[in-house]
Amino acid sequence: MSQTVSSSAGVSGPVLTCDVVVVGGGLVGGTLACGLAQHGVSTICIDKDDAAVLLDTGYDGRSSAIALACQRVLDGTGVWAHMVADVQPILDIRVTDSNSPLHLHYDHREVGAPMGYMAENRTIRRGILARFAELEKATLLAPASVAAVERRVDGATVTLTDGRVIRARLVVAADGRRSQIREMAGIRLQHGLPYNQVGIVMTVWHEKDHRGIAHERFLPSGPFAILPLPGGHHSSLVWTEKDPLAWTILKLPEEEFHAELMSRFGDFLGEVKVVSKRFGYPLTLQHASRYIDLRLALVGDAAHGMHPVAGQGMNFGLRDVAALIEKVVEAKRLGVDVGAATVLEGYQKWRRFDNVLMLGMTDGLVRLFSNDLAPLRLARTAGMAVVNKLPGLKRFFMRHAMGDVGALPKLMQGEPL
Amino acid sequence: MADVRTTASPEEVAKFEAMADSWWDPNGKFKPLHTFNPVRLEFIRDAAATRFGREIAADQPFTGLSLVDIGCGGGLLSEPMRRLGFAVTGIDATAKNIGTASVHAEKVGLDIDYRACLAEDLAAAGEKFDVVLCMEVVEHVADVDLFLTTCARLVKPGGMLVGATMNRTMKSLVMAKIGAEYILRWLPRGTHDWKKFLKPSEFAAGLRAGGLEVNSLKGLTFNPLENSWSLTGDLSVNYLLTAVPAE
Repeated sequence: MSQTVSSSAGVSGPVLTCDVVVVGGGLVGGTLACGLAQHGVSTICIDKDDAAVLLDTGYDGRSSAIALACQRVLDGTGVWAHMVADVQPILDIRVTDSNSPLHLHYDHREVGAPMGYMAENRTIRRGILARFAELEKATLLAPASVAAVERRVDGATVTLTDGRVIRARLVVAADGRRSQIREMAGIRLQHGLPYNQVGIVMTVWHEKDHRGIAHERFLPSGPFAILPLPGGHHSSLVWTEKDPLAWTILKLPEEEFHAELMSRFGDFLGEVKVVSKRFGYPLTLQHASRYIDLRLALVGDAAHGMHPVAGQGMNFGLRDVAALIEKVVEAKRLGVDVGAATVLEGYQKWRRFDNVLMLGMTDGLVRLFSNDLAPLRLARTAGMAVVNKLPGLKRFFMRHAMGDVGALPKLMQGEPL
Repeated sequence: MADVRTTASPEEVAKFEAMADSWWDPNGKFKPLHTFNPVRLEFIRDAAATRFGREIAADQPFTGLSLVDIGCGGGLLSEPMRRLGFAVTGIDATAKNIGTASVHAEKVGLDIDYRACLAEDLAAAGEKFDVVLCMEVVEHVADVDLFLTTCARLVKPGGMLVGATMNRTMKSLVMAKIGAEYILRWLPRGTHDWKKFLKPSEFAAGLRAGGLEVNSLKGLTFNPLENSWSLTGDLSVNYLLTAVPAE
């Protein structure tokens, strides 16, 4: 990375140059920056938070489900090696419907690999930081904030609030649902109908070992998921509840909250204790009207925010990451300007259609399973029974849950670029 | 510029001058060339990597090698070649193209030696290059044989030439001339003169006179559904070739 003092007019601070600037150093942006740099694309990643502070913050209770195909992306970008010691493989997923004895059972022995992994976000973040330190072509600027982005036909200039200036071929917005960069570019959001649901998220300790089994229950108020964390005695909970009620539950005194929790959780893992803060996330669906603009690409939540029913948020973000890395590296190796419109159009064409489909599917699934109307209940009960009886169809659903369906980028197939 | 009239026909020069400013607009008049560019870059890169034993995943794999882009236009090939590490000379008979290319290269921070001159001028000065590119240019020159012989002489011992043009077949008349210019309006009418399209055997004969042997030949086929081009065995419309000094 060259660092020079600019002599060009109108610029005073030090000027950094690189191929790609990634705004947002979270799980999606950080993985993207590592993957680009590993493949020879010089990348500067900007994050508003000080990395050390993020890691020092205690057990904050937030975890992510990593589908198998996304584990391959983390592996292919060199992040996985730095986190593998602290992840929990999901060996089995048991899906049940509250009003029916029938259930869907995904066993990893049927496909020959874990269904996916659970990891604390902190673990993934630590992996990304360790990978950054190894990569000569990756630079992390944090804490730092963007003051202005100038995107031109011949290049882009990002000015930070501390006066530093970065010249790049491409700017990537990986700055989350309320993306500043997306808003600056004037890219509109399309909103799905409000779910009137809130995701209550926390980490629990339980007496008995979870044995790597995840549980997803479709309760009348929405999905309730128990996701196994490393060590055998912690799980991450995603508990969906109707809107006004959820906020009341979140504020309940400890004893009453525990009673509400146990009535849903059950006693199959023995005694249960909440060991993190309780988080409440209103469930909404949003989708950027386009993923690209002049010298700009959106990835992850900046492009699409969704219901966390199947833990798909980060997984979808990593799909964007794998596709964008592939397109940018392809261009770089042809000597093509990595921020050229042709490169970005290839990325958008690949990802947006896929996401439109998936958002529709996830949305449909939630509506189907959170509706308490008798005919729908019958349909989903019958549906589960049918899926369970047909091995081919079931394997397809399992593969889908593992993120293995669709036109996959090479990194998601575990192939080198 | 003394010998401008030896191989460049004045009508051709005038046509491209009218279009020079829009070279770098991917959705402008040169859109087909932008769509077409990745596949020709891939062909050149892979051929050069094989010839010179370079690894394509390396940073600037062709560092230390020289390349001349004959009929470089706005620099659509010269710039990527520079990014891949070649020391690039871009020449064009049209001064306005050289102006456009130079301004653009400077804006994107690439050092490329652009000159408004002809292949003959380089040959007369005794300049030689590891790689000589004759891409989509032979169909625009007045004396094809003289041009090809001259290009061949610019290749260093151990070097290579990469060429591309359109075949003179009924299919190319329909697709590349009538289709591209009149029906799809990809190219301004009159961009090409079908009679100047060259059969692969004629291309090879011209190079042979300059001491080069064609050692690979590939067709280019357009896929309208994907809006992209791919390398195929069908030489009937667009084709690419490489040639190396005869043993």
